[in-house]
Amino acid sequence: MEKRVVYRSAWLPYALVAPQLAITLVFFFWPASQAIWFSFQLQDAFGQSSSFVGLQNFVALFKDPNYRDSFTVTAVFSVLVAGIGIALSLLLAVMADRVVRGSFAYRTLLIWPYAVAAAVAGVLYAFLFAPSIGIVTYVLKGWFGMDWNWVLKGDQAMALVVIAAVWNHISYNFLFFLAGLQSIPRSLIEAAAIDGAGPTRRFWSIVFPLLSPTAFFLLVVNVVYAFFGTFGIIDATTQGGPATSTQILVYKVYHDGVKAADLGGSSAQSVVLMAVVIALTVVQFRYIERKVNY
Amino acid sequence: MRIKLLAAALAGVGLFSGPARAQVEIQWWHSMGGALGEALNEVANAYNASQKEVKVVTSFKGTYPESMTAAIAAFRAGNPPHLLQVFEVGTATMMAAKGAVKPVYQLMRETKQPFDAKSYLPAVTGYYTDTKGNMLSFPFNSSTVMFYINKDAFKKAGLDPEKAPRTWREVQAAADKLKAAGQQCVYTTSWPSWKHVENFSAWHNLPIGTKENGFGGMDSRFTINSPQHVKHIEMLAEMAKKGQFTYAGRTNQGDAKFSSGECAMFTGSTGAQAGIRRAAKFEWSINFIPHHDDIKGAPQNSIIGGASLWVMTSKERKPAEYAAVAKFFSYLSQADVQMAWHTKTGYVPITQAAYDMTKKSGFYDKDPGAELAVKQLTHKAPTANSKGLRFGNFVQGRTVIEEELEAVFSGKKTAKQGLDDAVRRADEILVQFEKANK
Amino acid sequence: MVENRPFLTFLAHAILILGVVVIAFPVYVTFVASTLRLEEIMQAPMPLLPGDQLLENYSQVLTAGSTKGSRAAVGAMLVNSTIMALAIAIGKIAISIISAFAIVYFRFPLRMTFFWMIFITLMLPVEVRIIPTFQVIADLGMLNSYAGLTVPLIASATATFLFRQFFMTVPDELAEAARVDGAGPMRFFLDVLLPLSKTSIAALFVIQFIYGWNQYLWPLLITTDESMYTTVIGIKRMIVGSDAANEWNLIMATAMLAMLPPALVVILMQKWFVKGLVETEK
Repeated sequence: MEKRVVYRSAWLPYALVAPQLAITLVFFFWPASQAIWFSFQLQDAFGQSSSFVGLQNFVALFKDPNYRDSFTVTAVFSVLVAGIGIALSLLLAVMADRVVRGSFAYRTLLIWPYAVAAAVAGVLYAFLFAPSIGIVTYVLKGWFGMDWNWVLKGDQAMALVVIAAVWNHISYNFLFFLAGLQSIPRSLIEAAAIDGAGPTRRFWSIVFPLLSPTAFFLLVVNVVYAFFGTFGIIDATTQGGPATSTQILVYKVYHDGVKAADLGGSSAQSVVLMAVVIALTVVQFRYIERKVNY
Repeated sequence: MRIKLLAAALAGVGLFSGPARAQVEIQWWHSMGGALGEALNEVANAYNASQKEVKVVTSFKGTYPESMTAAIAAFRAGNPPHLLQVFEVGTATMMAAKGAVKPVYQLMRETKQPFDAKSYLPAVTGYYTDTKGNMLSFPFNSSTVMFYINKDAFKKAGLDPEKAPRTWREVQAAADKLKAAGQQCVYTTSWPSWKHVENFSAWHNLPIGTKENGFGGMDSRFTINSPQHVKHIEMLAEMAKKGQFTYAGRTNQGDAKFSSGECAMFTGSTGAQAGIRRAAKFEWSINFIPHHDDIKGAPQNSIIGGASLWVMTSKERKPAEYAAVAKFFSYLSQADVQMAWHTKTGYVPITQAAYDMTKKSGFYDKDPGAELAVKQLTHKAPTANSKGLRFGNFVQGRTVIEEELEAVFSGKKTAKQGLDDAVRRADEILVQFEKANK
Repeated sequence: MVENRPFLTFLAHAILILGVVVIAFPVYVTFVASTLRLEEIMQAPMPLLPGDQLLENYSQVLTAGSTKGSRAAVGAMLVNSTIMALAIAIGKIAISIISAFAIVYFRFPLRMTFFWMIFITLMLPVEVRIIPTFQVIADLGMLNSYAGLTVPLIASATATFLFRQFFMTVPDELAEAARVDGAGPMRFFLDVLLPLSKTSIAALFVIQFIYGWNQYLWPLLITTDESMYTTVIGIKRMIVGSDAANEWNLIMATAMLAMLPPALVVILMQKWFVKGLVETEK
């Protein structure tokens, strides 16, 4: 699609895109190329000496079983966050779409977790589930006799970060489903109702297929969120532990680069992650637009 | 406290100063949270109030690794703090960073401040000197790991509260009784790697790594998967399984579990006393860490932990700033300042003079536990295995050990597997460090 | 409503109420904790009804921070957060709307190259290129400054797209009429396009304000000076390690303060927020 009316000027368009481009070049392209450059280098912590080591950082990375573990951890984490988050928000959205009275109030009460920073969400959940003083811990230990100590138990730590991440992102999913539901023509549903289809049947045969593009879109967004947006949650709660059971890829980049001062290794991981993001973005744009078009 | 703060602030504004002379400000980044942070601020405030030329500004930068990271980043960016509190495991990394730090002996010589490295306790300085005996960083808060028991819990379980377990065998026997008496958390620890790998090795005269624990060269490799190490970690995993050992986390999380009364036995830093003294609503005692009586030569001596102060450099730094740092160091070396810090925090006295002064003051008669740390550190003359450790990038190395310990304590790996993996992974870090700092 | 099934309606309300309660619970506990004494929190289980320390705790953190960890006052942090969130939101909107205008209404060499260059930034989240970006900021001497906090986060592919999409839907006749009247491109932009974009701008503002307010990793790295901390960083700095040694009452008060402004923006500007969210991301 192109505009019929266009302006011509030798300098104005350049001046208009200049600020955006300048920032992009200085803060995106330059650092990204630096990341690629660093990934072929070995540097000491204080950056006083460095040497070119070719692909060594990458070889070391893929030989490291912990890095491969980190991929598994990231996959499990994303699947749980996306799966649980989408299922719960779909349920809430379908219910909110159904009720007539109070629908606006419910929406208001369900959307504000979006405003909570991931790191703050992490702190909240770390407090609720704190091994010795947490109120939820108290219930888990006292009422269910559960040995709750996510500082040591990997599965519990994973559960904790998944719960916090789902909570933090539920409003986002909810709003998209609600918008998707509200754009489904009432006539379609009424016609099905006249044909005698009950609410469950109507949901699975009409509503759900029509929502599938939204669901797919949310799947990709949730995966991207689990990959990158949850950094604050992890840092405020488990910091990747215990052992490495919640060390997702992006946290490892940060940990190795910032905390362990291994610039080369961390940059190599950045390069790998960039490839992952590019793949995800391509999927998001290609697949969504072409395949899931009703 | 309030008044002192006010005085410091007024002094800072210059209300008290006579002739206008430019005050030199020194940035001091530290990792002392809680009661220790308060004590540290008191030190700085007292110094600021005592003179007008130098103003020490403290800021809390998170945990030890976080402060160090922040300082490294700041150095790369050209504005590091003047003083950085670095924990003992960061020593080798700081030492290798030649252009980034100014060794203390050099600073004191250049600024002509009186300074005698020999006045410090050898158990402390050994850690922070180079092979020629030059002191590279300024020892500040040196600690060692101690064994604490909750006497009330012991009484309740029918144990003699005056007889803290001395061996791990006795610990296990006590654990059975405590558990039977309904004690929720029997034993916990802070700093798992420091206690159960590093100090375990020294206390039993076992090497942590080859080449005298790394003092002999950067090509040192870890030896923490020896049968004795494996047996010890196995025992802990077994206790964890029986619900007699509660894992608290990688840093000082165990401290609060003990001071709140949740756990009956605890191994943690001497520095934990400040917090325990304030929070504990029960009788407690401080003791030597337990040993295995079937390992020959044990107990040897424990090694220090805690942190020292490194002087960081930067292109823009002026001689006056270095001079100010040196003056502050001279102040910190004074026996009375040392004694105040020692008695308030539980960290060990680091000069002979401070130790003698505290002794004379009768402090140890009232609080014999406070002296135990020094006694434990100097229990026997240090061997190559027990004088400390110096591994490159041990910040990361210790994280690896802790990750593997967590895998063992949670039952994911056997002790042997975990320690073998720890050695393999931590050795890779040493190889990498050797290459990067050739 | 298609049909009237009271049970289903009841079920729907029940599920929604349960959802609301479960979602609100953590924040309720946070609020309660922020009104208690530390000792009350330490005695597990903590009370679930608000205590009487509301004023004490909030005035403590606003003016003096925590006593054990960072002593930076949260009041100053709130100012920093506000500056950061506003600068990012306004900056993003400003530079995106003019670049979208250039790309849609001008033909010039390299137009598509520029467009793709902006597009590709979508693929480089700050978490991925964190260390080199930090280095750039350090080299430019932008550590501990508002410029360092905001400028690198101002470039926005999504906002540029949104405006581009929107400009495409603006009827060509408007531009033609403007040209007949003898108005130049900037006149057309200011007098016609900008007023038409009001809704999109408002929507974007809400989203980007929250984005800016909630930044974590970036300010964590580049603010080493307490006076530059944002509220979210301030919370992190009050946590001194073990869970029982923290001053949870003060941390929770700070958490409430960190959540309140963006939550108010979302709720009060709900219409714009929903519109902005659903449209920008699609």
